[in-house]
Amino acid sequence: MVSDSGLHATYLGPILERHGHAAANLLQILCEAQEYYGYIHPDAVDYLGAMLHLPRSRIEGVATFYSFLHLQPQGEYRVLFSDNITDRMLGSTALMQQMCQQMWVEPGKVSEDGLLSINTTSCSGMCDQGPAMLVNGRAITRLTHQCVQEIGMLIRNRTPLVDWPSDFFVVDDNIRRRGPLLDNKLEPGDSLRTALALGTQNIVGVIQQSCLRGRGGAGFPTGLKWESCRNAQGSEHYVVCNADEGEPGTFKDRVLLASYADLVFEGMTLCALAIGATQGYLYLRGEYRYLLEFLQFVLQRRREQNLLGKNILGQAGFDFDIAIHLGAGAYICGEESALIESLEGKRGIPRNRPPFPVTHGFLQQPTAVDNVETFCQAALAIQMGADNYRAIGTPKSAGSKLISVSGDCPRPGIYEYPFGVSVREVLHDCGAVNTRAVQVSGPSGVCIAEAEFDRRLGFEDLPTAGAFMVFDDSRDLFEVARNFVHFFAHESCGFCTPCRVGTSMLKATMDKIAAGLGTRYDLGEIEHLDHVLQTSSHCGLGRTACNPVLHTLKHFRPAYENRLKSLEFKPAFDLDGALARARQMTGRDDAGAHLKPEGA
Amino acid sequence: MTDTFQLDGAPVPFEPGQTVMQAALAAGRYIPHLCYHPEFKPHGSCKLCTVKVGGRTTASCTMPAEAGLNVESNIEELNALRRTLVQMLFVEGNHFCPSCEASGNCQLQATAYELQMMTPRFNEFYPDRPLDGSHPDILLDYNRCILCELCVRASSEVDGKHVFALAGRGITKHLIVNARSGLLKDTDMALTDKAMQVCPVGVILQKGVGFRVPIGERRYDQRPVSAQALDDAPRQAGVGGGCTACEGTS
Repeated sequence: MVSDSGLHATYLGPILERHGHAAANLLQILCEAQEYYGYIHPDAVDYLGAMLHLPRSRIEGVATFYSFLHLQPQGEYRVLFSDNITDRMLGSTALMQQMCQQMWVEPGKVSEDGLLSINTTSCSGMCDQGPAMLVNGRAITRLTHQCVQEIGMLIRNRTPLVDWPSDFFVVDDNIRRRGPLLDNKLEPGDSLRTALALGTQNIVGVIQQSCLRGRGGAGFPTGLKWESCRNAQGSEHYVVCNADEGEPGTFKDRVLLASYADLVFEGMTLCALAIGATQGYLYLRGEYRYLLEFLQFVLQRRREQNLLGKNILGQAGFDFDIAIHLGAGAYICGEESALIESLEGKRGIPRNRPPFPVTHGFLQQPTAVDNVETFCQAALAIQMGADNYRAIGTPKSAGSKLISVSGDCPRPGIYEYPFGVSVREVLHDCGAVNTRAVQVSGPSGVCIAEAEFDRRLGFEDLPTAGAFMVFDDSRDLFEVARNFVHFFAHESCGFCTPCRVGTSMLKATMDKIAAGLGTRYDLGEIEHLDHVLQTSSHCGLGRTACNPVLHTLKHFRPAYENRLKSLEFKPAFDLDGALARARQMTGRDDAGAHLKPEGA
Repeated sequence: MTDTFQLDGAPVPFEPGQTVMQAALAAGRYIPHLCYHPEFKPHGSCKLCTVKVGGRTTASCTMPAEAGLNVESNIEELNALRRTLVQMLFVEGNHFCPSCEASGNCQLQATAYELQMMTPRFNEFYPDRPLDGSHPDILLDYNRCILCELCVRASSEVDGKHVFALAGRGITKHLIVNARSGLLKDTDMALTDKAMQVCPVGVILQKGVGFRVPIGERRYDQRPVSAQALDDAPRQAGVGGGCTACEGTS
């Protein structure tokens, strides 16, 4: 034991108590420790190591994996500007510069007085009301110059976050088009009662007949997943709701959790009934931390309504409860096996498959992991009946889909359509004009140009997790792709060679082109890297990391070629740039401190 | 009758539970690899052992062997991919073979030779990685780490010490040791640890013996990695250990 751990023991004690001193809750414990102390102190690491019987290297390994956890002191106020392309299009870059200047802070560094730090973060899921930021984990939307200035003053005066104007923190649903899901009139417990009337054994069958497919993007048949999970041998079965909505441009789960939480939990409880689970987890992305208290409240109300807990709705033996686990800034944890690793308190590295989570998931037990929207759709399908449900949408894509529309359009927000809607129709409804391109399903999805706007959303043609980012003819698609490439490099878990190194190389190549140093050779190298990433990456992140570049190259090649030098090869190394550090150290920036005149 | 699968057109027998890699090595067939070690559970991070099965690519070290699989490995498309992966590992770290005391004993270097890598091809990353000479018997040179996790696995699974772990994410992922100071001297690492023996490159080095075996007479100076790897692999029942590469299986 380390001396002086008394201070940390006082706040860590109750946290450990709450989490049953279980190493599997390490991530949750670290999140709460940081929330209390501002960062995870070395003494805290020692104390947790001793109490949880974990080597400190393991704790450091976990803490350094997640963007929102820190082992070094951070500012009292930690400001993170959401850095999705949609935030940038709304002016986030200039706002961040303004704030850095106002507060005398360099991006990524803590101010000398320890007051604040300013940095960027991956898409915070507020694309319909950006530019957005997180301050100490709380979301602030619709930033303006005035608002950033005000925030600067509040920080300068050390005003506690609870005393900031509450309208800063308002997050609107922005529901623009409703369908069977968003229009449902279900009361809490309705579909559970329907399911119990159907008979527990028949739930999986109805879900299968409804042809419900996962709404997280991959579209795996939900009924088949539940059936495999139910039939798998294990001492426990688990239900996990994937609310780690990290794909840039997606925010539908935010709205479902904020305004349809009962339906989400109802779907999870149905699943538990179908597969024989008594424990469920909702893995909530750290960016949606602001929803936690509300979701806990809904859970508690459902317990009081006998919709969770023991003998649910009076059905003997129908026991189920749900716990919420927080993520801490790691896109990769949206991948189901990485999510399970994270749930177990580890680094979020995708597992080798097989075995799949349905047989060996959480704690190696059979686990059904489904998207937030999937659970809502399941509850709806049970209530409507398989035939009615299947009648919506298309033959291979039954039901409706929530689309998160953002970017260049006057009416960004959530649109519910039956599957099979065309891109053009969505563009029309959101009021987009002069549209040059749409990024469907986020950076890992596809970028389509005008000629393809008659393509349809659905598993037959354009599968989507819901993101729909609109770019008009004022946008530079090269910069869009470069933003996405930076995103993938930042979010690569680093497990496998091709993704860890390849995404960084891709980023360097795009930056080289952006700096006006690109050549045809570099475009060839991008295609080569793409092949390597697609054929050898461990998981979908690496396999799709080149998509933004490939798709924009295909449709908008001039955006790249206009930037190229005509040379066959040009080194990325910039001799004059290498002197920048020397210039900074000597405080010189005159002509004599450069190898060539400015702009030559 | 044992089951077999096809590897580059020739049958490979396997026992239930073996992966494609394990069965191939046991049968005297080499598939390039770096993070795989016969004594540890495969985890499939280096991706050098990527093979094609029914047109799909997958890591052979984690792919369960199945009867009737048609596995392609020694084809130019995959060897080119492996060459690129090795080049990526070279530029990601700081690898200066001529001045490295692991030269000739290094699996990364030997595999690069095996795959006929001629240039680094990509821009070097030149990461800023420290040396740790704090331990009286052992030097850590993080510059050469390829993040195979073998030392992590050896220290936790065999030595029961957890001396090593990985920290960071993505390109910032790096090896750390289990000490608040971050220094090896403050861990319980010892020369007798399994973790001393498994580093495929030159990160974990015993002090004072660096050039006891002269360059030219070292492990991969004698025989290429493809032959050495087969020597190290547990052989198929009846074939016995310590055989040479030219020894086939019946």
